[in-house]
This record gives sequence, structure tokens and C-alpha cells, in this order.
Amino acid sequence: MAADLLRTLLRRPAGLISATLLCLLYGMALFAPFLSPTIPSAQNLQRTYHPPTALVWQKGHLCVQLYKLIDPSTASYQALPGQATPLSWFSRGTPYKLFGLIPGDRHLFTVSTPDPVYLLGSDATGRDVFTRLLYGAGISLSIGLIGVALTSFLGLTIGGLAGYLGGWTDTLAMRLTEFLMAVPGLYLLLALRAALSSRFPSDATFLLIVVILSALGWAGTARVVRGLVLSLRERPFILASNILGQRPWTILFRHLLPNTFSYLIVAATLSVPGYILGEAALSFLGLGIQEPASSWGLMLGQAQDIKIFMLNFWWLLTPGVAIILTVIAFNLLGDALRDAVDPRFRLPGK
Amino acid sequence: MTFFILRRLAALLPMLLAVTLLVFALMSLAPGDFLTPVKAQRDINPALIAELQKSFGLDRPWYEQYALWLGNVLHLDFGYSWTYKVPVAQLIAQRAPATILLSLTSLLLAWILAIPLAVLAAARPGGWIDRLTSAAAYLALAIPEFFLALLAVWMAARTGWFPIGGLTSLDHDFLSPSSQFLDIAYHLILPTLVLGLGGVAGTLRVLRANVLDVLQAEYITAARAKGLTERVVLFRHVLRNALNPLLSTIGYAFAGLLSGSLLVENVMNYPGLGRLVYEAFIREDQFVVLGSVVVGCSLLIVGNLISDLALAWSDPRVRYGR
Repeated sequence: MAADLLRTLLRRPAGLISATLLCLLYGMALFAPFLSPTIPSAQNLQRTYHPPTALVWQKGHLCVQLYKLIDPSTASYQALPGQATPLSWFSRGTPYKLFGLIPGDRHLFTVSTPDPVYLLGSDATGRDVFTRLLYGAGISLSIGLIGVALTSFLGLTIGGLAGYLGGWTDTLAMRLTEFLMAVPGLYLLLALRAALSSRFPSDATFLLIVVILSALGWAGTARVVRGLVLSLRERPFILASNILGQRPWTILFRHLLPNTFSYLIVAATLSVPGYILGEAALSFLGLGIQEPASSWGLMLGQAQDIKIFMLNFWWLLTPGVAIILTVIAFNLLGDALRDAVDPRFRLPGK
Repeated sequence: MTFFILRRLAALLPMLLAVTLLVFALMSLAPGDFLTPVKAQRDINPALIAELQKSFGLDRPWYEQYALWLGNVLHLDFGYSWTYKVPVAQLIAQRAPATILLSLTSLLLAWILAIPLAVLAAARPGGWIDRLTSAAAYLALAIPEFFLALLAVWMAARTGWFPIGGLTSLDHDFLSPSSQFLDIAYHLILPTLVLGLGGVAGTLRVLRANVLDVLQAEYITAARAKGLTERVVLFRHVLRNALNPLLSTIGYAFAGLLSGSLLVENVMNYPGLGRLVYEAFIREDQFVVLGSVVVGCSLLIVGNLISDLALAWSDPRVRYGR
């Protein structure tokens, strides 16, 4: 069934494009240490706000254009004509741990020091924006997946129980979801962040953010799952299991909930962007991922400086483009999945 | 109808109680309070701190503090802001109008742009207007608000066409009333565009689907058979009915605007409720947070109420019992 779904999905242009894009993005996030020329915390205070380095073809090698700092106060750099240093491929550089486990020191491309390569420029302390973008992808993209997994689990359990048991469980759960949906989300987010920050060590902010976002996000899923369970409960196959004397838990978890999976997988895909945006917003406000780690929202938050606006350091806005691309890819994939999984969930006019 | 309004306003109370209780509990779980920075200053007498703690009730458990706060609120006393050194009610009275203004202009922008576009798009599904607006809406919904705000500030700083932030110019107080109005309108353009864009896209998608649905109805065929022009059919008969579901979502749109304005206000330096809440959270200015949350939630519920009333006015089939 999964293989069938995949085949239907990939036959649609939107599905194929978005799936490819997402594979690329996640691949880049996974292999960030190898793909990036340095590590995200490597500073170079002589090279702050460096513009993206041009790549030139020289003497049969792909080379990096060299620049000279002409005015430190406005951070203006000038290309030195004819001077370039060749990129070295698969050479040894700063040591890292791939997947956090496998130690390595080979980088896809580096240049011989002291000349840096800044594919997307450098930031206020001369760190490579490209490297930080790749490392940040790991955090931004994984928060989406983990958050959605947690939310789906919560929504499925609470919605399933509310729909199946009915009575006061149902009333309680539904009032709770109405409450969560009626309060402006960011206000609650801030309150939860303030309350829980002391319960988590500072290096577990990642976990904290996932927990907060999931705690606020399950309401929508729970309501729909409850609705589905309510309508499924009266179907003949459930009545049959009742008559066969199966226990309520078996009926709920073996027969009712699996029938909501096709809805759940679509809803989960379409809600991943919400988590990515939520993390970005929190980090943007300075309440999410903290230095020296990097995330797309954090990078954008640091680009909020009048100096950056006035002197037009546009490369510091690239994380925003990365966020938009990811969100579009997930939305496209979700729409394609919805059409592939079950035409019943197709919204009118889409 | 009056009964209905009263009942809805009464439903506000448990909601506000629950929200404030939750926020109060969460904030008391957070380490430190708004006196922490004061305690760190060496030249402040410990006796004064003890006195302040006592007068703000900080030496008691949080549920007693909550009861104290609630009692004060019943007397319309929302407490005192330690960081701004003014009563919270006064602070909110200054900031809330700016946020309400921004939300209303954004909502207005969303409707003014989305309604004609959605009708035109749905009139010819698959036509170039339809494909263009759908693609634009898809893109607009994918852009995070704070990034859009950042881009807007960037544009304002680079071109100088618009003010970089704020709601008024420095010399606002010395302007004539008409120039003051123009000054505010000029400052509102960018925040409205930033906050309203998502609304335009969302409204467009919903309304387009609604219009397509209504177009299938038999009374539309009847209207056409009667010989009405397509324009009259679309804008008088179709639109009127397609708007109804949208009217009932104004309340939720308002919730989104309140959350969105928190980010946009902070990036664009807009003196509204959102920035107030954020700064108060950072400084643990408890009473300001609580007051703003109360006002924010009340705004939401009033927004929901207005949307229900608008629905009843526009759709005679919807009547509120007794």
C-alpha cells in the first residue's frame, strides 16, 4: 500500500518536484558538516560582512576570487582582479562529527587558509552564512518532523479517546481544544517558554521548543480525529467487532484509529510548515535556539540591524528564502498526498 | 438578539478566567520576577524591596496572588507596571488602539483585494486570473510574516519611500489634525501590507472555493435564465451568498492577526499591544502581561461576536434563538 501511494504521488508533477526538493533539503541538512567548508562557530573578525565570494575559472581549476577590505567602518570589500585561490576538493579541514556520531574531517570543498570561501557571504563576526544555513537546516527541518510526530500522536490519542468514549472525556477534551484554538497562539507560546525555560538546561532548548509547539498544536488534529471516530463508530465493521466481544481498547487501536491514518498523514504533512515557522518565529524573537547553535529563525533575527539594512548586506536574508522554499515544498507535497490518498479529502475548488 | 449578545458576553468570563489563571500559573513557574533586576542593584535598600514584595503580594503563593489580582481587576484596577512606572490600564489604553487600528486596516485590505479577485478567478476557473491569483496566494501563504516585515523594513531603509518604523513622526504632536491623520496613514501602509498579505491569500482561497460552490446552485441558473447580466449574477447573487461562510471566520482571522501583529510590531517597531506583551514577557512585568492577555482575548471574543452578528444580518436563514 505504501509503495502504491508513493508511485501515485511521484506520478504527479507537484508531488515529484516537492519530494525531490525535500529529499535535497534533508540530504543537505544530514550531511551539513561534510558539505560546508568550515564549522558554524568559526569566526573571522577581519572578514565581517564579507560579500559572497565569486567563483572564477582559472588555469583549469575552479577558484575563489580574493577580496581586499577597503573600508572597515562600512565593511566594503573590493575584488582583487586576477587574484584567486583554487578550491580543494575532499581535503582535510576542521574536524566534525557526522550525524553527531561519526568523526570526520573531510569537507566537500575548502580553500587553503587564510583566504576564506563565503558562498553566501559572512555575518557580523565573519562566520560563513552558507555553513550556518546548512547547520541551521538540521534544526529547522527536524523540529518540523519531530513536532508533527508528537502532535499526531497526541491528537490521535486524545481525539480517538474523546470520540470513542464520549461522555465527560469528550466534553473535557473538546473544551480544551476550543480553548487552545481561541487564544492567540503566540501569547501562549511566550508564556510556556517563560515557564518552562528553568525546567530545561540551556542546551535542551531544542527539546523545549518541540514540546511547546506540540503542546499547543494538537487541538486541530484531535478535533478531526474525534469527528472521524464518531462517524466510524457506527459502521458495520465496528459493530461486528463489538458483537464478537472484542475489548474496547482493541477496537479503538486496531480498528478505529488505523482508519484515520490516511487523513492523519495528509494533515501531518500540511502542518509541518507550522512547526518550522513556529521555531523560526521563536528563534527570531530570541526565545528559541541560542548561540552558538544556528537556526534559520535565529539567523534572520540577527539580520535585524539598521546597519545591515542601510549597507545592503542582502545575503543575510537567505535563511528566509530557505524557509519559504521548505514551506512551499511541504505544502505541495501535502496537496499531492491528499489527492493521492483519498479524493474524499479533496477540498472544493482546489 | 440582545439576549444572544448578553449570553455571548457572559461566555467571555470563564474563558478569561481560564486564560489568566493559566498565564499566571505559567509566569509564576518562571524563575525570578519583575523585582529581580531591582534586587541586583546594590544601592537599593533591602527594606524597600521587602516592602515592594509585600505591596505587590510577591511573598505569598501564586494562587493567593492571583486572587488578589482578580479582586483588584473587579475594581477595574489592572495593577502597576514596574518597568514603565504607570498603571497597566493606562499603558494598555495607549497601546491597544494601535493594534486594533492595524488589525482593522489589514482585515480591510484583505477583503478589498480578495473579494473582487476571488470572484473574477472563480468566474473562469483555470483562466489566467485564476492561475495567477492561485500561484500568488500559494506563495504569500508560504512567506513567514516576520520575514516579510524584515523585507519591508529593508525596502524602506534602502529606498526611503516609507518610514522605517513607528506609527507617528517625531513632529506628530505639532501637526494640524489633517496632517496628523495623513502621518498615521503613511506610517500604516507598510505594516498593513505586511500583516494583510497573508489575509488576502487566505481569504482569496476560501472565497474562491465558496464562489465556485454557489455557482452550482439552481437559483444562479434561474438568475441567468431570467436574463440578468453575468456581472449582476456574480456580484449581487453569487457574492452575497459566498460571503456568508467568510463572515463567520472573521473572529478566527482576528486571532491570526493578533498573533501575527506580535511579530510584525516587533520587527517594524510599531507601538502596539504585541510589542508591549513581548517586552513585558522579557522583563517579567507580570501585570502588563496579564492585562494585555485579557485585552487580547476580549478583542478576540468581541471579534467573534461581531462576525456572528454580521452573519445574522447578512443571512436571514441564520437567526439566533430567543
